[in-house]
Amino acid sequence: MHLHKYEKIWLAFGVFALIIFLSVVGVSAFHQGNTPSGGHMTIDPEKVRETAPFNEPGLHKKEDGTYEVSMIAMAFGYDPAKLQVPAGEEITFTLTSEDVTHSFSIVGTNVNMMAVPGQINHRTHTFDEPGSYLVVCNEYCGSGHHFMSTEIEVIQQ
Amino acid sequence: MNTVPKGDRRLALSNLGFAYAAFLIGTLCGLLQVFIRNDALTLPSWLDYYQVLTAHGLLLAIVFTTFFIFAFFQSGMSRTLGAFGPRVLLWNWIGFWVTSIGTLLVVVMVISGQASVLYTFYAPLQAHGLFYVGLALFVIGTWIQGFALVGHYIVWRKQNKGELSPLFAFMTVATVILWVIACLGVVATVLFQFIPWAFGWTEGINVELSRSLFWYFGHPLVYFWLLPAYMAWYVVVPKIIGGRVFSDSLARLSFVLFILFSIPVGFHHQLTEPGIASFWKFLQTVLTFMVIIPSLMTAFSMFATFELRGRELGGKGLFGWVTKLPWRDVRFTSIFIAMAFFIPGGAGGIINASFQMNEVIHNTLWVVGHFHITVGTPVAMTFFGLTFWLIPHLTGRRFTKTLQKLAFLQIGTWSVGMLLMSTAQHLLGLLGAPRRTAYTGYAHEDAQAWFEGVLSNHVTMAVGGSILFLSAVLLIFIVVQLWWLAPKADESTFMQFPIAESDASSTPKFLENWKIWIGIAFILIALAYTIPLSDIIQHAPPGSGRFQTW
Ligand code: HEM
Ligand SMILES: [Cu+2]
Ligand SMILES: [Cu+2]
Repeated sequence: MHLHKYEKIWLAFGVFALIIFLSVVGVSAFHQGNTPSGGHMTIDPEKVRETAPFNEPGLHKKEDGTYEVSMIAMAFGYDPAKLQVPAGEEITFTLTSEDVTHSFSIVGTNVNMMAVPGQINHRTHTFDEPGSYLVVCNEYCGSGHHFMSTEIEVIQQ
Repeated sequence: MNTVPKGDRRLALSNLGFAYAAFLIGTLCGLLQVFIRNDALTLPSWLDYYQVLTAHGLLLAIVFTTFFIFAFFQSGMSRTLGAFGPRVLLWNWIGFWVTSIGTLLVVVMVISGQASVLYTFYAPLQAHGLFYVGLALFVIGTWIQGFALVGHYIVWRKQNKGELSPLFAFMTVATVILWVIACLGVVATVLFQFIPWAFGWTEGINVELSRSLFWYFGHPLVYFWLLPAYMAWYVVVPKIIGGRVFSDSLARLSFVLFILFSIPVGFHHQLTEPGIASFWKFLQTVLTFMVIIPSLMTAFSMFATFELRGRELGGKGLFGWVTKLPWRDVRFTSIFIAMAFFIPGGAGGIINASFQMNEVIHNTLWVVGHFHITVGTPVAMTFFGLTFWLIPHLTGRRFTKTLQKLAFLQIGTWSVGMLLMSTAQHLLGLLGAPRRTAYTGYAHEDAQAWFEGVLSNHVTMAVGGSILFLSAVLLIFIVVQLWWLAPKADESTFMQFPIAESDASSTPKFLENWKIWIGIAFILIALAYTIPLSDIIQHAPPGSGRFQTW
């Protein structure tokens, strides 16, 4: 197969760009630990409220001093509906849904995760700035999808 | 005078008619959407935003594209391989009717308010069972039409032993292969998960499995739209500008690479969800990026063809050839603009697929902006450019001077409208505005900002959307003229299907050995999917029940 000289240069440039892109993504993922939200725990979607940690939705301090927020997404809101969290502390959001698929997306941050029924999702975040953060559901979940939002108060301790 | 065999002509026109009917209703839905989101319009109580949005997504992204693509394939295959035999024709018609009945069933369910599940129909939202039956019929009908075209190709190859097929036919077959392999995922979830569950024969549904099977299909679906546009770029455009195909073997190779690298990558739509280990998400990210190679090959071929032709016409200096291109020919200009839109579109795609960066834009309005400048412009506008000669080619009418002027106005307004609407959508998405919401006035200062920017503004989006709708109406006017009203062409003005010469003399034969490519495709799919999918099945939570939350 004949390849034109300029085409070879162009493709070499392309492959080089590809390697750079993938290295950046790979180093960020495996060396610096920046992976998007995820999780490997399953749950009975009909027994969410009887299963830990969702039997007590809200903020908990864990033994290692970090914080966990267990959060249930449902049509068309979140439980807990009001949430206060400390600034400057690492917070793990643990999320599931008790009905259809939703999302938990904190505007202005990289916290953007799907709430899939039967699955438990995780995302860790540290709020540097105190203030009020808007949370929206950005996965269509029914006629009230656009009413599904809440606020997180981040307070200085 | 018309050289297109009557049977083939009627078949292609039926598909085209269906496509443009869907286009008109679909764009009307789009117009309603921008105004509802902008709080300038309230729907009557019997109509709901999400019903409109379901219709919009389905009618434009699925119905318009698919019917148009088959019209294009059928006319091109008839042109390059000769008239269809009676059996090929019959099976094409059967396929057409099955696809149409499926579509109508889906549309009826959406209109009657029993299927506001959007075109992604994620479980456990549950539409009426007939909605899923309609989807299944739609896919099966396209398979029948696809296999009928492959049948036509097989007949040709038997009669021309040892020869490479014409480039257009090769590319059609490649696209059909891609489509059939891709649909296996959606067929599996619809037949084995959704239908039994919606009719109440099974209790729960494995949501994560259904999502993964959906996206196994959902991403290559994009290439099913894109490859026909590429066919126009590779085969039709060079003829329109009076040039040749730049390299036959590279064109074929790029199509083969698209088959290989567009299917095992669906997880990049699921980066922010649980149930799939990071490693597999990352592997599919890597495979997603591979598609950069055939994309760059395509870009090179296009510009090489343009430059060679421009220089042939006397273009001097580094960029002198640009001015020699036939800018006054709307059949060329429309497609050139379509290609230009694909540059930011492709760059945005790299951002979406970038593992971590995906979290910034996942399911925000950015995504909506992204597919309006990829499917909504490069693909759709290439189809518009084809329409301007495809309908005259089939009806034997003339694309008159007046209609050509109107066509320029049409693509001009479409470009401006899309630029405004999609820029606004991209920026709003970066500011965190969610997609698929009927309403945007969340009571929070971060959300107030969505109404304040110059371009990142819901009003800009509505202005763009209105221009787009006017453009769509203009297009329908042109279609109607070309179909029924324009003057008949004579021998000198009859519009042939433009097929550029492609020199296949040094093209390696193995490129047309489908067994190799289908084999490799399945190996890649098995690598990317076997373990994570069996994980999802083995570690399945109790199934989800049925929910109708609209
Ligand atoms: C008059 C022209 C058009 C207008 C005004 C328009 C407007 C819109 C708007 C405002 C949305 C976002 C809705 C939301 O997220 O709430 C949308 C979604 C969408 N549009 Fe368009 N659009 C147009 C043409 C097209 C075309 C030509 C295509 C494809 C060929 C297309 C495909 C889609 C798809 C697939 C969605 C997503 C649907 C979903 O999220 O379920 N649109 N459109
Ligand atoms: Cu929701
Ligand atoms: Cu929602």
